[in-house]
Amino acid sequence: MALFTRKNCPALALVILSLILPLVITNKYFMHVIIMGYIWAIAVYGLNIILGYTGQTALGHAGFMGIGAYTAGLLNLKLGLSFWPAMVLACLFTAFLGWLAGIVSLRTRGHYFSIFTLCVGVIIHVVITRWDDLTGGMNGLIGISGPPPAGPVSFDSLQAQYYLVLFFLLATIFVAGRVVNSLVGRTLTAIKTSEELTEVLGINTMKNKIFAFVLATFFAGLAGALYAGYIKFLGPQMCSVSMTFDMLLYLFVGGNGTIAGPLIGSLVLSTITESLQVVQEYRTVIFGPILIVLIIFFPRGLYGGYEILRDRIRRRLPAREAPEGAKEEVC
Amino acid sequence: MDLFLQQIINGLTTGSIYCLVALGLTLVYGVMHLPNFAHGSLYMMGAFITLTLIKSSGLNYWLAMLASAVALAAIGIAAERLVFHPLRNAPHANNLIAAVGLLLFLEGLAHVIWGPEFWQLPTPYDRVVQFLGLTITQQRLFIVAATLVLLAGLYLFLKKTLVGASIEAMSQDRKGASLVGIKVSRVSMLTFAIATGLAAVAASLAGPINLVYPSMGHIVILKAFVIIVLGGMGSLPGAVLGGYILGLAESMGATYISMAYKDLIAFAILVLILSLRPTGLLSGGVK
Amino acid sequence: MLLSTVNLSKSFGGLMAVNSVDFSIKKGQIVAIIGPNGSGKTTFFNVVSGIHRPSAGKIFFNGEDITGAPVYERTLKGIARTFQTTTLFSNATVLDNVIVGHRLRTKTGFWDVLTRNRRFKEDERKCREKALEVLEFAGLSNLADRPVENIPQEARKRVAIAMALATDPQLVLLDEPAAGINFDETAGITELVRKMQKRGLTVCLIEHKMQMVMNLAEHIMVLNQGMKIAEGTPEEVANNKVVIEAYLGSDDDAEDD
Ligand SMILES: Nc1ncnc2c1ncn2[C@@H]1O[C@H](COP(=O)(O)OP(=O)(O)OP(=O)(O)O)[C@@H](O)[C@H]1O
Ligand SMILES: [Mg+2]
Repeated sequence: MALFTRKNCPALALVILSLILPLVITNKYFMHVIIMGYIWAIAVYGLNIILGYTGQTALGHAGFMGIGAYTAGLLNLKLGLSFWPAMVLACLFTAFLGWLAGIVSLRTRGHYFSIFTLCVGVIIHVVITRWDDLTGGMNGLIGISGPPPAGPVSFDSLQAQYYLVLFFLLATIFVAGRVVNSLVGRTLTAIKTSEELTEVLGINTMKNKIFAFVLATFFAGLAGALYAGYIKFLGPQMCSVSMTFDMLLYLFVGGNGTIAGPLIGSLVLSTITESLQVVQEYRTVIFGPILIVLIIFFPRGLYGGYEILRDRIRRRLPAREAPEGAKEEVC
Repeated sequence: MDLFLQQIINGLTTGSIYCLVALGLTLVYGVMHLPNFAHGSLYMMGAFITLTLIKSSGLNYWLAMLASAVALAAIGIAAERLVFHPLRNAPHANNLIAAVGLLLFLEGLAHVIWGPEFWQLPTPYDRVVQFLGLTITQQRLFIVAATLVLLAGLYLFLKKTLVGASIEAMSQDRKGASLVGIKVSRVSMLTFAIATGLAAVAASLAGPINLVYPSMGHIVILKAFVIIVLGGMGSLPGAVLGGYILGLAESMGATYISMAYKDLIAFAILVLILSLRPTGLLSGGVK
Repeated sequence: MLLSTVNLSKSFGGLMAVNSVDFSIKKGQIVAIIGPNGSGKTTFFNVVSGIHRPSAGKIFFNGEDITGAPVYERTLKGIARTFQTTTLFSNATVLDNVIVGHRLRTKTGFWDVLTRNRRFKEDERKCREKALEVLEFAGLSNLADRPVENIPQEARKRVAIAMALATDPQLVLLDEPAAGINFDETAGITELVRKMQKRGLTVCLIEHKMQMVMNLAEHIMVLNQGMKIAEGTPEEVANNKVVIEAYLGSDDDAEDD
């Protein structure tokens, strides 16, 4: 039973918690907030791959989420495609554009790369805002249909929507987790630490960075498509540069370069924002300084801070630091 | 022909604003290697402070602008001390993120204090003049002239004073500068003060012809980044030249190509150039 | 010839950092490049390993022209190197550092890590085994789980060499492997280089410590201002007038032994 090892316990507990959450929460608005938190988290997992693990500060992420959302929305509205094929095509198309953007932008380094990708994001936003005939411009797209029933399961209720988004969130975390805990992930982290050394070790860094960028934009596209299917309305505001900054906030508060960071950041910040009136009003006035303080004192965010704390406690309690076997202990 | 001339004047006006903003951005980049994404919000703060001084205390336009520049210089110094100084040895992504944090804070603050409304900055130069057979508002001429004066002043400051020379030295070689005894910390603060002061003046100049609102800095800062990438990050002449070129390219593009996509011109130029030359237009190409 | 350069040059602006250098390394040899500071030794390595494009000339490896090949391809073909300022992956353990060193010999891709199939498991195992093997070889087994930030300088030098070895190279370029370490530690590194030769590797090292060079190298090339001013056995080079002049002429204070 490799599933129930001590290492997996917290994760498993969280999955179970997330599964029973809709039974506990009856407040519709709060459900909505959590669903949105999940959708953002999916996009932020993408950002985490390219920024957190590969060290490339890509700033066009909201733009790619917009591509995913608008592609899904337009395929549904203009071609009458149902949600599922529209979502698949939206992810693929976003990843394809990510690939195109990646092969040119990843040749630049450091700040040039950030500014380049920022501009790519702005271009996407401006085109979506101005291309009235296609995107509806400032008025946006209205009346996108949500997912049709899959067999006996209908997605009309809020609960069903929740499980749908949760499913894709878990899938995203699964994929991200498998990627980072592997030779592929090691390669990406190596690039983050020293691109030159990685290249000298015989690794085609460009190819790996492009892979990370494509995976990142794929997740952004997925988040966008889910957004379109859930909200059913799209306005250009959703892919503005401010949204990229929001995602940076989620990532860095939660823990950049950690597997739980994106989820923690997205969920914590969006629920705090929505549940405290004060916070809602002074949102960025509060979160801006928090971001600064975190980046100065805890560059790896809440989860990174938790890891440090956990390791320290473990070191204090050598009794628990049992050999290999303990990790496989049934919980 | 008249239309063409008119567009030249318009281009020079926006170019002047771009120049002043890009100069500050490139100064800070040169001296501290910091892409200050918050520079646009500092610009916005400058506009709002001028506006408030004029509206509430009835200060005269000039004095308000001056006071705003001083206030922004102080804010700039505070930002340098509190936010960027602690991060001077951190990986380069970190100070970029901190700048985003500062941006979020300043913009949120503007929302709280002044609300989301659009304001127009009153100016004493609101009359229309006939100039070379063209009809232009005085403010536009004033912007062009004021920018030229500021550029000349900055030039003299950097070239003729000791402090100015140390800024230049540091932007050329930070390590070397600290070796010859330049106080790195003090120069960083001064650079920030000049950069944010310039931004405040630029915003107060632009206020009467553009509108004043919390997110007014976004597009300006993005374009300033484009300009300094084109002109060479850290290069002052590059920022000036780039500013005017972009201003002119935009006003021409808006007239002769497409009004709706005018804002895209800058970003399209940048993407094109970085695609062809990943290390920027003016870099030597040697790693 | 394992490696040969023909008329190899590299200029930075007007400065000829490497100037028409013809040099060859036989398989199985230990060779050394010496020369005063700034004579172009590191630049020569940078051009051979592909970090810099040569301004002129050609590089052949196993008879194949690799002048235009990208850095990673040269490593794949069998040229590994270390850096003068020891470069490691910080925030990681010694073992993790070395594991990445064998990544180039694996093919695990996105699909494999997603499904955790046979290849994935095989490759993970291969990298770990290789890493443990070269750590053992480099005398680092007891430091495997230590973060590279808090191991001594000498151990860092060994980790850098271990990483190079993990790439399964034929030729290893070592840029000042004994800089900044003491006399005994230098002897240890010397021993390690010799062990590498016994394993059938070819080694080319840059070093200022003459005793180590004279002790190890079968063949020495002397660079001065980018030009090859002499080459031969240690005795030949040591007695060469031009070499002695070059060293006396430059007030070279890095020579500390
Ligand atoms: N990337 C570069 N750009 C410009 N000049 C360079 C570059 N790399 C090296 N140089 C110059 O080329 C010359 C040779 O430098 P190199 O580092 O190869 O010397 P070296 O023989 O390795 O010296 P040392 O013994 O001090 O390591 C020097 O004058 C150096 O300043
Ligand atoms: Mg050297």
